[in-house]
Amino acid sequence: MIQNIPLSYFLTISTLMFFLGIYGFLTRRNLITMLMSVELILNSVNINFVAFNKYLYPQQLQGHFFILIIIAVAAAEAAVAIAIIINIYRNFKSIDVENVDEMKY
Amino acid sequence: MADFTYTLLIPLIPFFTFLLLGLAGHKMKPIMAGLIGTSGLGASAILAYSAAISYFWTGHSAGTPYTSIKAFEIPWLHLTDKLTIHLGVLIDPISVMMLVVITTVSLMVHIYSIGYMKGDTGFSRFFSFLSLFSFSMLGLVLATNIFQMYIFWELVGVSSFLLIGYYYYEKPSAVAASKKAFIVTRFADLGFLIGILMLSFNTGTFDFQTLTDPHGPAIAQAGGAAFMGLSLLTWSLIFIFVGGAGKSAMFPFHIWLPDAMEGPTPVSALIHAATMVVAGVYLVARLFPVFALGAPDALYVVAWIGGFSSLFAAVIACTQTDIKRVLAFSTMSQIGYMMLALGVSGYGGEEGLGFMASNFHLFTHAMFKALLFLGAGAVIHAVHSNEIGDMGNLRKFLPVTHITFLIACLTIAGIPPFSGFFSKDEILVAAFHSNKLLFAIEYLVAGLTAFYMFRLYYGIFWGKNTHYHHTPHEAPKVMTIPLMILAFGSVFAGFLPFHDLVTSDGKGFESAIDWFVAIPSVLIGVVGIVIATILYKKESAMPDRIAGSLKYLHRWAHRKFYIDEVYLFVTRKIIFRYISVPIAWFDRHIVDGTMNGIAGMTVYAAYAVKGLQSGKLHQYAFVFVSGAVILVLIFVYLV
Repeated sequence: MIQNIPLSYFLTISTLMFFLGIYGFLTRRNLITMLMSVELILNSVNINFVAFNKYLYPQQLQGHFFILIIIAVAAAEAAVAIAIIINIYRNFKSIDVENVDEMKY
Repeated sequence: MADFTYTLLIPLIPFFTFLLLGLAGHKMKPIMAGLIGTSGLGASAILAYSAAISYFWTGHSAGTPYTSIKAFEIPWLHLTDKLTIHLGVLIDPISVMMLVVITTVSLMVHIYSIGYMKGDTGFSRFFSFLSLFSFSMLGLVLATNIFQMYIFWELVGVSSFLLIGYYYYEKPSAVAASKKAFIVTRFADLGFLIGILMLSFNTGTFDFQTLTDPHGPAIAQAGGAAFMGLSLLTWSLIFIFVGGAGKSAMFPFHIWLPDAMEGPTPVSALIHAATMVVAGVYLVARLFPVFALGAPDALYVVAWIGGFSSLFAAVIACTQTDIKRVLAFSTMSQIGYMMLALGVSGYGGEEGLGFMASNFHLFTHAMFKALLFLGAGAVIHAVHSNEIGDMGNLRKFLPVTHITFLIACLTIAGIPPFSGFFSKDEILVAAFHSNKLLFAIEYLVAGLTAFYMFRLYYGIFWGKNTHYHHTPHEAPKVMTIPLMILAFGSVFAGFLPFHDLVTSDGKGFESAIDWFVAIPSVLIGVVGIVIATILYKKESAMPDRIAGSLKYLHRWAHRKFYIDEVYLFVTRKIIFRYISVPIAWFDRHIVDGTMNGIAGMTVYAAYAVKGLQSGKLHQYAFVFVSGAVILVLIFVYLV
């Protein structure tokens, strides 16, 4: 049962996911991959929410509802980001982030 | 008491013709523009005459003093309850007299200009400027308060500027002269403005009727706080007189007047002989009760400046060879007479003889000096030169001009029964009773005046037989008829009973010719004429010999006593070098430098930080994440 798994396991997995996301975000050049890395970061936070909710306040559900909001926001964000990526592709014929620095200075 | 509201139209008609000619003049035929301007002025003149007749005679019950009437007044600029500037129409003896002078001379000049300016490219522009000038000058004399007067004072300055520089496209000297006239009078007007502020600050009013009321606040304060031995009222009046001296070309502000002769000759006749240059006299006359009752010291200054200017200008006039310049210095000299007459006058009754004489001379001078200038214009029109050396023996070619010019010369020389005799005699009597030294100066100037005018007359109409490229011809009728009308005025204006009409307190007084003064003054005039006849009627070497024997005096007078050079020295060598140049340096390096330094530092800082905006998403993300990490470290370990 879930009660038998210690909290530190959840926190470990979410920390790993979080830093994987950061690493991917900083090293990948493909915008789609970067977007996926952002999703990883968000989901690691979601795991933290659920885990803390379960272990600290089992009678309450705020943590669960909060992740529902985060998932919805993440979906909206993904839609916007993909729309931007499509436009970038139309303009630059690539989705390599290195090319998208026209607006500097 | 008659209703004078219609006098409002006298300045407004020229204003409307100015707008019409200025906006649509270039689309009209030139003659049409001339006729519109002239007929507008004609209508003004008729209104001015009817106002004069009804003010002085028909609408006035005999034996009562002439009062000043506010025919019209509106608040024009309401700043606070205490400070409101009005515009209006003030009718009193001197303003009515000036209306007659201005409209008469201006009408004559308009008619004359139709002939004189014929074929000129800027014909309608010329007439619109003439209308503007007439409007401003009429507004000036009708002003109900000193601020309105200042407004119109500046407007006449602008019209004078525009008309002196009328030939701007062909004569650079005209441009220089118009700038000079404007700048010199502007400096003097600064004094006028300071005087207005001081006077109205202390009395709490701009209004002429209140200011000149013998029991009003201005005169009641005469003994107020003093600065350098003179009361505040005296100082403010001296400053106001500085403005008047600038406009009236009194020493040391006279330098613009000779150069102003670059303008077309009808303009010189109208502005620089008959009307605008007497604005200073009019200003002092307008505030005369304040001067006479509140600040006799200021009046003393007026008298000496006037007396000195008249002598100074008369000496210079004897040596000039440009006929318009001779007339310009003659104008300055005659205005000096008027100022002097005001300066030696007292207030009320017989004491006010000088006031009456000054206005009388202003009136007759306007007639004969306009006549002289228009005559000179006819001569210039005929021979296309301003130099006496290019003229001679013109009396056969220009009979009408010759006769009218001779009349004007006799008038200015003070030969009876021409009008100049009467007015000049009154001035000399007033000076005689007040200050013997000033009387002696004016007596000498009377002789000099006769001498230089007849030098001019003989130089133009007698003397050597000059060879002309084409035979000079008499001017057309449109030019000679104004000459005849003005000659008529010059002859008969002296019989007007001025001592009943224009007096310092509105009451008439008995005045008879004082033969004790009149006979010597006629004699010295005759002596001047005789000397001029001997020297200049026939061509001879004598004038040059005399000039040679008076070497330095002649050269100094010929160069106008180097006043222009003194001004240039003071401005270029002293003011520009030791004041303007350091100020310019300060402005360029300190004021501008501070501002440029701040802007430069901003730009430099922007260059320094612009690398942050690289456009590289990874870099942004890295900065963001490392920032977050640093914050975490701080909060976990340090706080």
